[in-house]
Amino acid sequence: MEDVILNEVISRAVPVIHLFGVYVVVHGHLSPGGGFAGGSVMGIALVLFALVFGLKATLRIVPEGLLTVLTTLGPLWYAGTGIIGMLLGHEFLANAQAGVPLGRAGSVLSSGLVPVITVGVGISVALTVVVLFVALVEED
Amino acid sequence: MRPRHLVFLSIPLVLAVGVVLLLVMIEMPPYGTPNPTFNYVMERYNKHGLEETGATNIVTGIILDYRAYDTLIETTVLFTATMGALLTLRARRDKTCGRRHP
Repeated sequence: MEDVILNEVISRAVPVIHLFGVYVVVHGHLSPGGGFAGGSVMGIALVLFALVFGLKATLRIVPEGLLTVLTTLGPLWYAGTGIIGMLLGHEFLANAQAGVPLGRAGSVLSSGLVPVITVGVGISVALTVVVLFVALVEED
Repeated sequence: MRPRHLVFLSIPLVLAVGVVLLLVMIEMPPYGTPNPTFNYVMERYNKHGLEETGATNIVTGIILDYRAYDTLIETTVLFTATMGALLTLRARRDKTCGRRHP
């Protein structure tokens, strides 16, 4: 755990990996990828950090309570986005039918509620990876 | 009943299932011909997917707009699995540490 090269490389690589995960999630409706792929990349970045710097340092950055809260946030975010369609007078999870503006196809802020839902899926998948890793490592 | 008798019973069973499967195979369309039953959904997605969902990634358009319910339940499955694992693991940890979670 005291390897200088490993520490330096990982401390620089983890932000880039995490940013790439955010990029994949945000561009989920434009390019290959999406919530599931980007979310697992975001989760793996934190797992990599925990593997190199230890679980204690990781839990100092993201406390266990925050992890639990974020885990519940993912599905809540998704379902809450679905309620927007109901508030606009249509079915649950309605997007274009409910009159949400779709925007210009190909730009990041397009496709109505799809990017918002993708963020929820990304949070959910990322936290699943991290929480399961933390729970299993704590076991030892 | 002894296992030897079960072997003799299993032979007609396997033959019957085999005959049924062969009959089903005769009904299948020849390889390579377009199957008319399920293609209209695919055509609809390919033709109107972009204008109806606004997503250039048609896969995302399908799973998060046309099939949004499906993906919501998928997310719930992930959440349930995480919570189940967490509850069992933490319960054991708290028991060994002699602590109690509310």
